Amino acid sequence: MQRFLNNPDAIVDETVAGFVRAHSDLVRLDPENNRVVVSQFAPKEGRVGIVTGGGSGHEPAFIGYTGKNMVDAVAVGELFSSPTAKSFHDSIRAANGGAGVAVLYGNYAGDNMNVKMAAKMAKKDGIEVATVVANDDVCSAPADEREKRRGVAGEILMWKIGGARAALGGSLAEVIAAAQKAIDSCRSVGVGLGPCTLPAVGHPNFQIEPGKMEMGIGHHGEPGTRVEDLRTADEIADDMTKIVLDDHDLPEGTEVAVLISGLGATPVNELYVLYDRVAQQIEARGLKVYRALVGNYFTSLEMVGASLTIMALDDELKELLDMETACPGF
Amino acid sequence: MTSIDNKGAGAVVTEIAAVIVDNKAYLSEIDGKIGDGDHGVNMAKGFARAAERLDPEGTLTDALELLSDVLMSEIGGSMGPLYGMTFSDMAESLGDAEKIDAANFAAMIRAGLEGVQDIGSAKVGDKTLLDAFVPAVDAFDAAITGGKSFAEALDAMKAAAAEGRDSTVDMVARVGRSSRLGERSRGVLDAGATSCAMILAGFAESIGKRLT
Repeated sequence: MQRFLNNPDAIVDETVAGFVRAHSDLVRLDPENNRVVVSQFAPKEGRVGIVTGGGSGHEPAFIGYTGKNMVDAVAVGELFSSPTAKSFHDSIRAANGGAGVAVLYGNYAGDNMNVKMAAKMAKKDGIEVATVVANDDVCSAPADEREKRRGVAGEILMWKIGGARAALGGSLAEVIAAAQKAIDSCRSVGVGLGPCTLPAVGHPNFQIEPGKMEMGIGHHGEPGTRVEDLRTADEIADDMTKIVLDDHDLPEGTEVAVLISGLGATPVNELYVLYDRVAQQIEARGLKVYRALVGNYFTSLEMVGASLTIMALDDELKELLDMETACPGF
Repeated sequence: MTSIDNKGAGAVVTEIAAVIVDNKAYLSEIDGKIGDGDHGVNMAKGFARAAERLDPEGTLTDALELLSDVLMSEIGGSMGPLYGMTFSDMAESLGDAEKIDAANFAAMIRAGLEGVQDIGSAKVGDKTLLDAFVPAVDAFDAAITGGKSFAEALDAMKAAAAEGRDSTVDMVARVGRSSRLGERSRGVLDAGATSCAMILAGFAESIGKRLT
């Protein structure tokens, strides 16, 4: 595969530089840390700050969700590698408007450690920090070990809900409660049809044989639950919907938000092919689609594949989901 | 000799860094089998940056502190905080000691081990760097208790680290990214245990040769 590269070791810095240049109406670079992207609207005096962060290579996540009524500051890591504790700390500092900071991030070993250390550092600065750890990826651990599950595209909805609650003047406890409710209402699954390559490593970090697919794959190519023959889009959509909804147990009539994201190298039109079937399956189960998002929202370099996230909604989540937002990724 | 000067032992870290940089591709290759293949890249980047900036004529304490700062503030990932805490706690333990002898070296590596155990969640047998680190620290202590010299205890530590590293081949990963593989993680070395054994061997060799 041919790629746009200057120096593989500088690719993250170059990504961030281009990003803040392109979206200078919404975001800026932290003056002291070039691995921290800050919303042009942050910090807001008296409002809870929203912070996230993660490895690069998932664009538009994580930086793309920086903006108005969304995430206030994002810590940027190397490709597929957690940001440093320092970058999380600097993000917390940049997002702090004096009412506390909510760090809403995904369940990965490195992020857990670096956020924990950053929260300690911020506490020394006198900033109150609370966290929500996203764990929406159904196939990454069984239901009774939900705390082990990874965070994937459901994180976007968690940021949306948490950011909206903070914008409405919610306290730190209220923002954390809303974000926790959001991620608890989300279930996701990924399917991989082709691997991805870290430019500095130079070869794919896992293999998917031609004619095969991997159901339940993670956002960095973590192995799925089944490797099997590639099926039709409808059959794959049925399988994904079933995996997500069987884990969810939603009462008939529940309204849901549906997010289908490409993993980097899948054409967007194919995502709509998947969506058409997913929506029919959702309706066949007596559920109602309130809002649909289809596109490249949370990618994995140039992985071929898609993820499906279904979020159960109530009046509070609908109101927060509908709130006006301005950020590059949404 | 039974001790070395702390001042001038900054070079120990320079020498360890050279080993890590030399093994950049090897560490990434091992990591790529069950991880995401960037362990060597990130380790080499951190250790090389620290080696560039540290003063080999300075103390081991200062060199370890600088290495920790680079890993924690510039490398990130999982290995940044894990090794960052290790070296920071080692530096704190050694403090302003003038000499490095068997007693404060034992305390230093024990403090480093406790630092990594504190921030991480792994146990021995989980196929992580602890599988090299724990037996190495225990072997050093046992050798000293058994009346061996500092140099002999360093050799025992190095041997135990290598043995611990090799023991990870038969283990199934239980924490970290490779744990998602379950049984499929069996049969290959753990990259963290491999780099940890390299670091401990580096301490043993660099300090050992200065003791003679």
